[in-house]
Amino acid sequence: MKLVFEKGSAGRGLNLIRGCDVPRVSLDGEHKRETPPRLPHMSENEISRHYTQLAKRSHGVNDGFYPLGSCTMKYNPKVNEEAAALKGFRCVHPLQPTDTLQGSMEVLYLAEKYLCEITGMDAMTFQPAAGAHGEFTGLLLIKAYHVHRKDDRRTKIIVPDSAHGTNPASASMCGYEVISIPSREDGCVDLEQLRAAVGEDTAGLMLTNPNTVGLFDKNILEITRIVHEAGGLCYYDGANLNAVMGIVRPGDMGFDVVHLNLHKTFSTPHGGGGPGSGPVGCKEFLMPYLPGVRVAADPAGEAAIDKTGDGAGDKSPARYIFERAPESIGDVKQFYGNFLVVVKALTYIMSLGREGIREASSNAVLNANYMKVKLSDVYDMAYNETCMHEFVMSLEGMKHKNGVTAMDIAKALLDYGIHPPTMYFPLIVHEALMVEPTETESKETLDEAIQVFHKIYETAMASPEELHSAPHTTPIGRPDEVTAARKPVLRYTWES
Amino acid sequence: MGTYVPDTKQEQQEMLREIGFNSFDEMFSHIPEEVKLKDGLDLMPGLSEQAVIGKMEDIAGKNVVFRHIFRGAGAYNHYIPAIVSSVISKEEFVTAYTPYQAEISQGILQSIFEYQTMICELTGMDASNASIYDGATAAAEAAAMCRDRKRSTVYVSGAANPGVIEVIKTYCFGSNTKVIIVPEECGVTDADALARMMKEDAQAACFYVQQPNYFGNMEDGDVLGRIVHDAGAKYIMGCNPMALGIMKTPAGYGADIAVGDGQPLGMPLAFGGPYLGFMAATAAMARKLPGRIVGETKDDKGERAFVLTLQAREQHIRREKASSNVCSNQAWCALTASVYMTAMGADGMAEAAAQCMSKAHYLRDVLKEAGLEPKHDREFFHEFVTVSPEGRCTDSNHILRALEEYGILGGLKLSDREILWCATEVNTREEMDETASIVRNVLHGECRHKEVCGS
Repeated sequence: MKLVFEKGSAGRGLNLIRGCDVPRVSLDGEHKRETPPRLPHMSENEISRHYTQLAKRSHGVNDGFYPLGSCTMKYNPKVNEEAAALKGFRCVHPLQPTDTLQGSMEVLYLAEKYLCEITGMDAMTFQPAAGAHGEFTGLLLIKAYHVHRKDDRRTKIIVPDSAHGTNPASASMCGYEVISIPSREDGCVDLEQLRAAVGEDTAGLMLTNPNTVGLFDKNILEITRIVHEAGGLCYYDGANLNAVMGIVRPGDMGFDVVHLNLHKTFSTPHGGGGPGSGPVGCKEFLMPYLPGVRVAADPAGEAAIDKTGDGAGDKSPARYIFERAPESIGDVKQFYGNFLVVVKALTYIMSLGREGIREASSNAVLNANYMKVKLSDVYDMAYNETCMHEFVMSLEGMKHKNGVTAMDIAKALLDYGIHPPTMYFPLIVHEALMVEPTETESKETLDEAIQVFHKIYETAMASPEELHSAPHTTPIGRPDEVTAARKPVLRYTWES
Repeated sequence: MGTYVPDTKQEQQEMLREIGFNSFDEMFSHIPEEVKLKDGLDLMPGLSEQAVIGKMEDIAGKNVVFRHIFRGAGAYNHYIPAIVSSVISKEEFVTAYTPYQAEISQGILQSIFEYQTMICELTGMDASNASIYDGATAAAEAAAMCRDRKRSTVYVSGAANPGVIEVIKTYCFGSNTKVIIVPEECGVTDADALARMMKEDAQAACFYVQQPNYFGNMEDGDVLGRIVHDAGAKYIMGCNPMALGIMKTPAGYGADIAVGDGQPLGMPLAFGGPYLGFMAATAAMARKLPGRIVGETKDDKGERAFVLTLQAREQHIRREKASSNVCSNQAWCALTASVYMTAMGADGMAEAAAQCMSKAHYLRDVLKEAGLEPKHDREFFHEFVTVSPEGRCTDSNHILRALEEYGILGGLKLSDREILWCATEVNTREEMDETASIVRNVLHGECRHKEVCGS
């Protein structure tokens, strides 16, 4: 397909901006742009069609089943989008006086309250823009805690070898040495390995539960106790929270800090790679280090008058105020985070409420177990026990038998309009396919997908070569990734 | 209660039974009792769609949407073309994940490739990533790109946005990196001070300058660049993308890395986010860029294809040795910026930029006539600082409070007497005249805001 730069022609364009009603001023020679950027020259119709074509060559949750493990690709409710599009949220400047921002502040206040209840935490910051950004922020809280206690021996973060790559990368950004401990065969934490790893140099442990293979680690209280006894803190990676809402809480499992992915668990769309939102919750003793400002209810209550000089007696009284934590780590992003994403998540929580939140997790787990049982007849499961919201298949046996790999199965699924499961993750399972159906898929969708998996299995047995060349019906075939990396072409170049 | 679970209670029971459970409780029986939540969550009952949107409308209504906005300081009010909102609301874009599966993600991958090209064109750089969280995190990540064992001190212009400086400092607290603020002199970076400081520091890794800077002034970008390079350090320039419609590119000033906040390119103010951090670098530094990068290649039939590439830099391959932990970025905002730039074209971008600049100059002139003196005498883009005259009720609070009363969001208060103003292409002459006349009344009239001065 042609690029936007290969369409249209010089001179075409839209009439978008009003004429200038003041005397014209422009930059002088020293700062003046010499040559204009080569941007497209297109009519509105051409632009509209170009992006419609691009949309047709993309695949979202709305296009079909999307069981991408550890990504929680649930349905993105429309009412969330409508709430985020409200003018009162879209058209306010982040640096307005606080008495004109009471609505935005209420959103942050309520979202914090509800998410703290769901996670068992005492406070939350919405400044982090994504999960990995949340990890970075949460680890900085841990770092600030040790630094303020003058406990500067604590230079190591323990991460299980099954962890997502962002965990060690985030620890490293915080100046920590990463200690990777081998998981048990079932993907759970090996208590002996953990006991051997902790010590006076332990700053903390990063963990998710259910773990990255989709199993609930039953030793969780013992795990967090071991870390705490060594003087370290426990960090909960909220990637898998969709399995346990209303059932268990990170705060009750002994975790001190948690990050959430609002774009996974709380139904906000992922936009082809963000914007997400990675709020970080913490226990009370870490609150002094939180980044940015936090919204608090004005202690003086309803009758209060804003004393900052921005408010006035004739305006509605300020109910919410901003507070900066006394020993704050600083800002991890400008302003208050990806605010409109928080609006969407709050809308979702209000829609579901107490029962709906629990129902979402229960059905996420039900759908995963249903698919796992129904696929076990022909596919090898990496683990046999009851899974949580996702499960891992291993194609290692099939690869040895007839050369069909996890990649082949994944690519074959594309021909059936199903987004493949996460491939080759976690690293501790060979030829892994990680399936996370989510709760928003119906039994029919699951049954159809199960049928497709069976059909692909039959093809794998009868004519494996057919799978090596899959997909056959997608806009392109398998791309040459090696050349892409070896001779990178990262931008369009014009023929001169 | 709202729910997005399709199956009925009965269907759920059937599924449970089919896989050997009598109930949900039994399915969760492997979770130890001592960690289970006993009484459920203390949340309100779920709401119908009608109730929930009503509630959100109530909350949104507690914000004040100003008629006219003259505040920037990192978030800018621009016209957003209708085609932008239309294109970006396409659900294939909205509801997709990061494009890991290239075969069914060509649309998103191509849009990112086009975005990368446009950012390169705008900045004059060789390579761009697929975006990062915002301008401030882009600046912090850029500083991290320049650090190595020998060179580990980060220099930052004191005339940069304080919010950006704050984020750079936080990131550097993480990586145990020393940050040195280069003083501001007469509204721009003190070049002599920079030269002095860097000369004596063999560990200088980089210098970050903002162009135009926080006060709206044009920095002497060429001179600063020479000082930085003479010291063997890297030159990072933070830019307003709107200014780049008419302003010399960061590459033209000799920068090694260009960053900035892409919010002016079609994103609403939205209380500060989501915005867009853009990052572009010279070819020599391209492989150090953090985050996702899309590259062009061919598929097995020789057709043009796009993929996520140079992944050996990234966390899922390199883990603790990765250049950054970035995973999700701001892809949808990058799409927004692409559609915006496509709709505006180079001429539209130049016109919008020229109008921003022209209107800011008009605003400065009418405010000056009203009694607010410009603080600096430098070339500026679309922001400038004023100083209000001495007087009992002529301080920043009085001025801004009076404007608010007329539905006008004035500039940002920097101090009792200083205000940072901004005008863009959306502000009309009439609005600016109205603003100036309100300011004149405050400075010359009787105090109408006793609550502000307490008199």
